[in-house]
Amino acid sequence: MAKVLHRDLQALGLRNLGELKVVRLYFILGRSGDSRGRHSALKGLTSDVVSKVAREIFCDPVSESYQVSEDEAGGFDIEVLYNPGVMDPSVSSILRALDDMGVSGCRVRTGRGYRFGRKLSIGEKRLVQGILMNPVIEHLGKSGEQIFFSPKGYRFRQKIIRLKGKSPEELARLSKERLLALSSEEMVALQGYYDSLGRDPTDVELETFAQTWSEHCQHKTFRGEIDFLGRRIRNLLKSTIFRVTKELNPDWCLSVFSDNSGVIAFDDEYGISFKVETHNHPSALEPYGGATTGIGGVIRDCLGTGQGARPILNTDVFCFAPVSTRRKNIPEGVIHPRQVMRGVVAGVRDYGNRMGIPTANGAVYFDEGFLGNPLVFCGTLGLIPRKRVRKWVRKGQVIVLLGGRTGRDGIHGVTFASLELDKKSQEFSSGAVQIGNPIEEKKLTDLVLVARDLGFISAITDCGGGGLSSAVGELASGPGCEVQLEKVPLKYEGLSPAEIWISEAQERMVVFTEQSKVKKLLKLAQDNDVEATAIGQVTGSHRLVLKYRGHQVADIDMKFLHKGWRGKRKVARWVKPEGADPFVRPRQELTTVLLRLLQAPNIASKEWVVRQYDHEVQGTSTVKPFCGPNNCGPTDACVVTPVPGSHRSCVVSCGLQPRYGLLDPYWMAASAIDEALRNCTAVGGDIERTAILDNFCWGSPERPDKLGGLVRAASACYDIAKAYKVPFISGKDSLYNEFRTGSGDSLPIPSTLLISAVSVIPDGRLTTTADFKGPGSLVYLIGETFEELGGSEYFRIHQGLGRDVPKVDAYRGRRIMKAVGNAIREGIVRACHDVSEGGLGIALAEMAFGGGVGAHVWLKKVPGAQRFRRDDFLLFSESNTRFLCEVSPRRHQAFEALFRNIHRAVIGRTTGEPDLVISGLRGEEVVRLNLSKAEAVWRSALTRRL
Amino acid sequence: MVRVCVLFAAGTNCDRETVCAFKQAGAAAEKVHINQLKTRERFLSDYQILVIPGGFSYGDYISSGKILANELTHNLKQDLVRFHANGKLVLGICNGFQVLIKAGLLPAFDWLFETQTVTLDTNDSGRFEDRWVHLRTNPSCIFTRGLDEICELPVAHAEGKFIPKDQKILNRLKEHNQIVFRYVTGDGEPADYPDNPNGSVDRIAGICDPSGRILGMMPHPERFVRTQQHPRWHRERLTKPAGIVIFENAVNYIKENL
Repeated sequence: MAKVLHRDLQALGLRNLGELKVVRLYFILGRSGDSRGRHSALKGLTSDVVSKVAREIFCDPVSESYQVSEDEAGGFDIEVLYNPGVMDPSVSSILRALDDMGVSGCRVRTGRGYRFGRKLSIGEKRLVQGILMNPVIEHLGKSGEQIFFSPKGYRFRQKIIRLKGKSPEELARLSKERLLALSSEEMVALQGYYDSLGRDPTDVELETFAQTWSEHCQHKTFRGEIDFLGRRIRNLLKSTIFRVTKELNPDWCLSVFSDNSGVIAFDDEYGISFKVETHNHPSALEPYGGATTGIGGVIRDCLGTGQGARPILNTDVFCFAPVSTRRKNIPEGVIHPRQVMRGVVAGVRDYGNRMGIPTANGAVYFDEGFLGNPLVFCGTLGLIPRKRVRKWVRKGQVIVLLGGRTGRDGIHGVTFASLELDKKSQEFSSGAVQIGNPIEEKKLTDLVLVARDLGFISAITDCGGGGLSSAVGELASGPGCEVQLEKVPLKYEGLSPAEIWISEAQERMVVFTEQSKVKKLLKLAQDNDVEATAIGQVTGSHRLVLKYRGHQVADIDMKFLHKGWRGKRKVARWVKPEGADPFVRPRQELTTVLLRLLQAPNIASKEWVVRQYDHEVQGTSTVKPFCGPNNCGPTDACVVTPVPGSHRSCVVSCGLQPRYGLLDPYWMAASAIDEALRNCTAVGGDIERTAILDNFCWGSPERPDKLGGLVRAASACYDIAKAYKVPFISGKDSLYNEFRTGSGDSLPIPSTLLISAVSVIPDGRLTTTADFKGPGSLVYLIGETFEELGGSEYFRIHQGLGRDVPKVDAYRGRRIMKAVGNAIREGIVRACHDVSEGGLGIALAEMAFGGGVGAHVWLKKVPGAQRFRRDDFLLFSESNTRFLCEVSPRRHQAFEALFRNIHRAVIGRTTGEPDLVISGLRGEEVVRLNLSKAEAVWRSALTRRL
Repeated sequence: MVRVCVLFAAGTNCDRETVCAFKQAGAAAEKVHINQLKTRERFLSDYQILVIPGGFSYGDYISSGKILANELTHNLKQDLVRFHANGKLVLGICNGFQVLIKAGLLPAFDWLFETQTVTLDTNDSGRFEDRWVHLRTNPSCIFTRGLDEICELPVAHAEGKFIPKDQKILNRLKEHNQIVFRYVTGDGEPADYPDNPNGSVDRIAGICDPSGRILGMMPHPERFVRTQQHPRWHRERLTKPAGIVIFENAVNYIKENL
């Protein structure tokens, strides 16, 4: 630990720190100790017991030493403690260990101490703190600080919020002051509703509306009215994304857009669920905690699908600013992208690995535009028995809360997601950021899956954004329910009913179970060390009724709660930006250019990230993130074989092209779909059994140009997916991804659409990987190349965006992908790789060094070469729907037979040489790339910068 | 039928595939929650093989495997001593290896639950890493008989750096032929990072007790029981997966000896 930290600090320019000591701190408060802290810390625990505990549990006798003291905080150069109310995931495990030793009833907190070999200056200390501590969840311990708190109890008082007689302006102000994020139209609608009832709302009721009507829960922009270039769009989601699935209506789609994940058929017994979520704002403020809660949340989405799906794969896609961004270019209130990246990766790693779910597919994309607002997408694939896909909710069922306890965690997380980030976000929204507890969630997962198979679960959903209010409110939206809020187990006293109702404490699930099974469910939970509590019942009154110690704190008509929200009519427009091609000197030395591109952040190996994830747990991985003799060549998609004894498999891939969106969001979306499908097809996925997911991350839809871009991207989703005949099964949007700097400038992110694809194939053995397998094969290029370098990585290294963004011809594309998929499944293809960032040049290089096999390729044989005058443009153009295939000469005719009327050509052969050789349009040698050198620079480029 | 107890606690996560691997090897394997053994709802004595599978027991907070080791020591000491004395087998994989070491069940020079003499520390790289490694195998323990001299298995851990307390302990491990797996390069040469993925002293990846009936190892044999789990099955001709050999050895030993 100390060694790694030392390296980090040196990178910050802190030299001669001497010996750095990292100390884990455990504070134990004995049973009879009072809670005032300091001097009573060890009361009730004899020093013998404490020494024994330190020796036997806290300290490793071979590599560590310990010290027991009655002093509290403040004994170190730097001492980091969690803020009060932030969940410390290690505490429950420590209490269990103490209990095994016969020490019970204590309270425990942990911290970290750092000692340096010399005194740090104030400036240095501040710099070091930036690395060691995040003020959103932690603080510096000071001597004499109170370690243990006993929050005050709560005395009930009915709170009524007056709406009656207020003007729309006053209502808007009220919404803002209470962080409700409701528009003045919605506040007026609420006022009308309560006027008709002849009363004012309680605080609980008002919070319930704020949660349920939030952008996050209702997708008001996507489902609202939009005026776009003289056209009125009534519901963008219905008219584009949903429409594709509705019109295609494949019989293998089992559940689409109605549950926490979409579900498609896997075999006769099982379905596959898939959901991808974003967790951007929390990750901007607290990268580690944000990422853990992000991945934790999407795993619960999987668990909350139907009557519960078993998580079998995690995916993760991140967008950051380049890690080499200079510190002076970082605005105030923004965390450096290197630190953001390290925190996010560590968060996904620690949570996903502990959950025992392989993380085997994803992407990391770098662009300056993500500086103030990184994007963190987390996805989970699940396996669910087909008879458990539907939820059953009916009168008389009991509502049971499973999992962690409820505290003030993440209150207003949902409304926070619908606001823009600014410098102050770090301060006032800190309640919205938490760190996850994977072990609590692991126990919860194990319990839910056993309970599901025993038939104890009629319906289940997760407590995600909006907490109980969203979970219970949505599940019981038809029949209505009554919940007794005082029954909800709390982490500490003092929570008001409103806080209990909207707390976003993690690791909780809500289950609806039949009256006859409640006892069995509670017993099962107890056996598995999971807390379970019946908190209410489904009533059939069509009303949401909440009680607290006998007092009624809410009584709302379910229909109004779920249908009463008002979308604001928004105006959208879009003007094609005036792009310009950068000046790129002709006749460059292309070997050097290729080496430079291999090190570009978006092309270089992401091995540093991928290796930190357990991508093989569960023993299901059939195609891994890397391939080739050195296990380092990139693969296009992962393949998992989830059912023991069966070879039936899922191919999972993704695609995103944020830079194309700067030129045209329509083609950005089209390219993202094409890339996801290409990646999926390139390992052997079947385009006829592939489903996709959309995740839109956009700047504020209040800006007409951003909204116009959204309309164009959504239209592309319809056009392209429809032509590919690929249904959408689930999706999510995260709007308001902007960052306001101190000077008031707003930085919207590059509009980004992530497409995730899953394909079911009958046999995982009928797949291939991208590494060249041996010399003497034919190298085929499938698909046409056009001069489309707009948004390309080649133009990026020449500091330009360009004009002509790659287009997609999905009708042709479908034929190409069918043929490639068939060829792979028939075993004709030795290696296959899709052509994307960096174009043909990079794809060839990756196949060659990935397999340790050289090749000689002639550019003039490339389909579409006649359009080009320049070798570099042909080599680095990023035209869509292209594949490189390695085919044995013996299988030449079988391969040709599958590709009639499709643009393809043999562009070269693999060789026994250690080089990739490329001959230019005029026939002369333009590239001679040494494979070991190429592999070395590609592999080390990103790691070096981290 | 050989009965295998795959021990399960909060945070265990390789239980399913370990159960599957033992079933594939012809045993009746089942997941048993530690609480069921503690409350005497089930008994260790009903099984012939105990496996502590990989995962992050209790989150590996404090240090990896520590809390489960503490739990075994305080609740199941007698059961385990008797289990071993009856000639039965114990296998600890990854987190299970960490548990065995921290409970003093390995290297167990003189008796079980002895004071900890070796440890598994944070990897030199300072982070969790998942990669395939080459291992030189020592046929000294019953689990490794008939295994290729050099075999391949994946590792996936953050705390796998094997450290003996001192040179004497290391010598003792060598003298008693207790070092079962060592990290090597593909050519069988002594390995450095990344072939030795964590910086283990003497490149140790797994050890057994003097009887050869308790084995602890960082690599995951349950992740290589079918050919398609290998990272290069698309391009290489492979021999029988190393993992399944290990499980079959255990099952066959019980069949022949108990």
